[in-house]
Amino acid sequence: MTAASCGPTAGAGAHFGVVVFPGSNCDADCYHVIARVVGRPVDYVWHGESDLAGFDCIILPGGFAYGDHLRAGAIARFSPVMGAVRRFADAGGCVLGICNGFQVLLEAGMLPGAMLQNASLRFACRETLLRVDNAGLPFTGRLAAGQVLKIPIAHYQGNYFSGEQELSALEARGGVVFRYCGPDGDASPGANPNGSLRNIAGICNSAGNVLGMMPHPERASEDILGSTDGRLLFLSVVDYIEGRAAARRAAPATGGGGGGGSV
Amino acid sequence: MGLKDAEYERIVDILGRHPNLAELGMFAVLWSEHCGYKHSKLALRRLPTGGWRVVQGPGENAGIVDIGGGWAVCWKAESHNHPSAIEPFQGAATGVGGIVRDILAMGARPVAVLDSLRFGDPAEPRVRYLISGVVGGIAAYGNCIGVPTVGGELACDDSYRDNCLVNVMCVGVARRDRLARGVAAGPGNPVLLAGNRTGRDGIHGCTFASEELGERSQERRPAVQVGDPFIEKLLIEACLEALGTGAVVGLNDLGAAGLTSACAETAARAGTGMDIDLDRVKRREPGMSPYEVMISESQERMLLIVERGREAEVTAVFDRWGLEWAEIGRVTDDGVLRVREGGSLAAEVPVAALTRDVPVYDPVVEEPPYLRRAWRAPLPGDFAQGELPGAANRALTAILASPEGCAKDWIFSQYDHMVQVNTVVTPGADAAVLRVKELGPAGLAVTTDGNGRLCYLDPRRGAALAVAEAARNVSCLGAEPLGITNCLNFGNPEKPHVSWQFAAAVDGMAAACRALDVPVTGGNVSFYNETEGAAGRRVHPTPVIGLVGLVADVTRCPKAGFQAPGDVVGLIGPDGAGGGAGDGAGDGDGLGGSLYLYAAHGLVAGRPAAVDFDLERRVQDATRELARSGILASCHDCSEGGLLAAIAECCLLAAPGAGGAEVEVPAGGRVDGALYGELPSRVVVSAAAGDWPRVEAACAARGVPVRRLGRVAPGRIVARRAGGTQALVDVATGELRAAWAGALESLMGGARQ
Amino acid sequence: MAVFRAEAHITLKHGVLDPQGKAVHGALEALGYSGVEQVRLGKLVEIEVQAKDSAEARSRVEEMCRKLLANPVLEEYRVAAVELLPNGGAAGAGGGGR
Repeated sequence: MTAASCGPTAGAGAHFGVVVFPGSNCDADCYHVIARVVGRPVDYVWHGESDLAGFDCIILPGGFAYGDHLRAGAIARFSPVMGAVRRFADAGGCVLGICNGFQVLLEAGMLPGAMLQNASLRFACRETLLRVDNAGLPFTGRLAAGQVLKIPIAHYQGNYFSGEQELSALEARGGVVFRYCGPDGDASPGANPNGSLRNIAGICNSAGNVLGMMPHPERASEDILGSTDGRLLFLSVVDYIEGRAAARRAAPATGGGGGGGSV
Repeated sequence: MGLKDAEYERIVDILGRHPNLAELGMFAVLWSEHCGYKHSKLALRRLPTGGWRVVQGPGENAGIVDIGGGWAVCWKAESHNHPSAIEPFQGAATGVGGIVRDILAMGARPVAVLDSLRFGDPAEPRVRYLISGVVGGIAAYGNCIGVPTVGGELACDDSYRDNCLVNVMCVGVARRDRLARGVAAGPGNPVLLAGNRTGRDGIHGCTFASEELGERSQERRPAVQVGDPFIEKLLIEACLEALGTGAVVGLNDLGAAGLTSACAETAARAGTGMDIDLDRVKRREPGMSPYEVMISESQERMLLIVERGREAEVTAVFDRWGLEWAEIGRVTDDGVLRVREGGSLAAEVPVAALTRDVPVYDPVVEEPPYLRRAWRAPLPGDFAQGELPGAANRALTAILASPEGCAKDWIFSQYDHMVQVNTVVTPGADAAVLRVKELGPAGLAVTTDGNGRLCYLDPRRGAALAVAEAARNVSCLGAEPLGITNCLNFGNPEKPHVSWQFAAAVDGMAAACRALDVPVTGGNVSFYNETEGAAGRRVHPTPVIGLVGLVADVTRCPKAGFQAPGDVVGLIGPDGAGGGAGDGAGDGDGLGGSLYLYAAHGLVAGRPAAVDFDLERRVQDATRELARSGILASCHDCSEGGLLAAIAECCLLAAPGAGGAEVEVPAGGRVDGALYGELPSRVVVSAAAGDWPRVEAACAARGVPVRRLGRVAPGRIVARRAGGTQALVDVATGELRAAWAGALESLMGGARQ
Repeated sequence: MAVFRAEAHITLKHGVLDPQGKAVHGALEALGYSGVEQVRLGKLVEIEVQAKDSAEARSRVEEMCRKLLANPVLEEYRVAAVELLPNGGAAGAGGGGR
């Protein structure tokens, strides 16, 4: 599958897939936001699936896939669907791993590093403020560098770890996308809810199409729940996907042709 | 086995022979107090259970109430006191698991959990160990299954030191046309057991819950079950999907008394019998006897009765979700529960004998002598003029730093209270509010309320006060109370004082439910919460109310805290001016049993105030109407800690810049009574000055007293007597905040999970 | 084929912060145990596996550690005892009621 051959059919909009592992909890929440708040076609993708044809963006939702047994995400990364997610990402598809989904991406090696238990040794469910450190990604197009977002966390293991060299390499290539911060955007120790190295809350791969983040943007997508900052991430990737598709339709001579996703 | 000699004789009579070991075990568990309600059934019949919205009252796995639009809400509460006192983490975790399965058994998707917790003094390391373990267990289980824990309570009192109370409530939502029942209907239909395998967990868990804890209880350690929330999450999804096939005739969870109760109760409800082959039951341990298999309390198991011929539709769902299942028997038509093993009959008991024929006792009741002594006990002296405002400030701090009064963030930040993206009003307010996505702006307000001190001092008044407070709490969010479940936590009912407390509490609850039109849809009784021996302790009688209300528009729920400086602060309800009339020490101004007396003076004494039901109803109606109108900037129930604690909370929860108030309390009576007395039927509200006349008009229209107390002003809380100049209370909100917000963290400092 | 029982010890790499170890260390000191220099928490995985000899059993379990049981970013592993089970392990003990 190549980036040029996948994309929304004109009028239907970016097509999202929400992966469901045994033990995923936030799959329905993500589905709800895409279907009813963002208003785009969305389908559940069972963990046994190995064909992601027709999708433009895959979401790995939060929860406790396989009970978090052994390590969070350790077993889920071997699900058949993850092979397909890797190929999808290699071909340029957009992948968003939220909380447990981020942990799965780390265990699968699609993002660098690993998660430790929160430094407090307790589960932490609360609002956090995030500073945007990379506004140039498909998922952050509607955001500005330095912007502060209010998005909640809910996790036992959100304490991001990576070796010193890997961390420096990550920072150097702009791989740190979100950091926990105070109201003024300062990524201070006091703003760090879980001990995460350098207050890291979200990172991306080198190509920028795979984003993993511990906070839950789907929980900050409706006014009624207290913040709509999370919605900006979903709208950004919709912009990116539909913009890309529109550009291809407008210039058919560049190859690949318009809509209709086929892998 | 926990059966009395007379009960054994009765069994022999019924069967016409002596029961074998397996049969005896089945009777022992179903005739235990926990399952059989022997000492409570008569009293519980006095509770009102009907109402035009009630779809299912007591008698099934959980009660159900219609909420319009083709949807229904289902909820119940359960206690897991005894297991939690021995192994707090797993005891509390499996408590969550069990109550969630009860809601699932009605065909409802669990959407919220609440926990009402009571412990001894957290200065003791063992108590901190219990608190930490219980909260950790509820978190581990609830978070993993993806059901938000959105509310609850915490109280600490010496009476709970050796017998903690862990009451867990679950709320679920279902379509009216997809409800399930726990019935073994249709002779010939196959019976399936799905979920985790059966092991030796919790054998005699319910007989364990039916006796006092003593030295030998530590030996009972193997009786505590270990929860598996991952399997529970799969069960939730698989059962709801299986119900969607239409092929499931009956659904029941396996809880206390395991397979025995699931089979007997479903057959009893349908008037049928059941034939079970234990060889088919998947086991986790080798060499289990029929006795052990029938009474095992292994968790995360559900019983399904399926329409004959359509089994494959249902089992395909369980296969897809990776859950084990086995067809273990058939529904029969002769009213007998037969259990076979290795080809021969291991047990054969009429279903009615295990369920309908459970002995019912009319316990001897006797009013305990401490009661009237406590009513007449002299109260400590009022604040002296010269000590104010210092002494009153210190009392307020003590109230707000107590386990009951302090901020509970330490607890609810360990609970995922946002999963399912329905939590519109998060923990910390009078009630949590959940939207129901399918019902547009409508939603549910949920709360648990109880007060052991008040019930100890007057069980009838105390229970009525708990019901009134729960209904008032949801009214503050603009919700109409739909009904209640309850967890009735008491001592040993074979002791006449305890049975007296129980009967009085039930009567108080019944009167309040009738007066406020709030039916009881189900509940749970936990007796034997006392320790034997010379240093023995009995818990305060503690009925816990779990109430659900219907919110018309979740976008219009007022906040609890003040919103803007300059807003008028007012009181809806009786102002207690002059100290009030009353018929016992401290009940005229609500000092009896107050948190103030306990937190500032270490005293449990006096008589709680009586609820004026007619006034309470009108206050709640007025509050609800105002809350829905959008006129109010804030609305907050006035309960533990009295008027000033409520006002202080409004300041602590306030929007930036609105965290203070200058108020006048009514003249007359004791100062401490006016500030901290707990009179019922009162709500603290605030509104923009221009809107205040509309508040007064709405109250006048319902004949409800309303009084302007003062204004929102940033920074400090200052209270004076009406017409007086001396400050009774004068404290910086920031100072109170440090005590209130940091109390739990510092009480728990050094706790290990 | 014989059945062997192997123990895989999985521990955090030394550069990785171990908050649980620290917490347990503190608790031991609070209980009055002096002179405790360090506490680290790890995992013990017991695996009963068929193999023709103990070397094959060890090699299979080490591969399992590399592939699944240990996260190479955070953890290291060591396969400790590998012993032949006389009665063929769990299958030999007899499972009832299947």
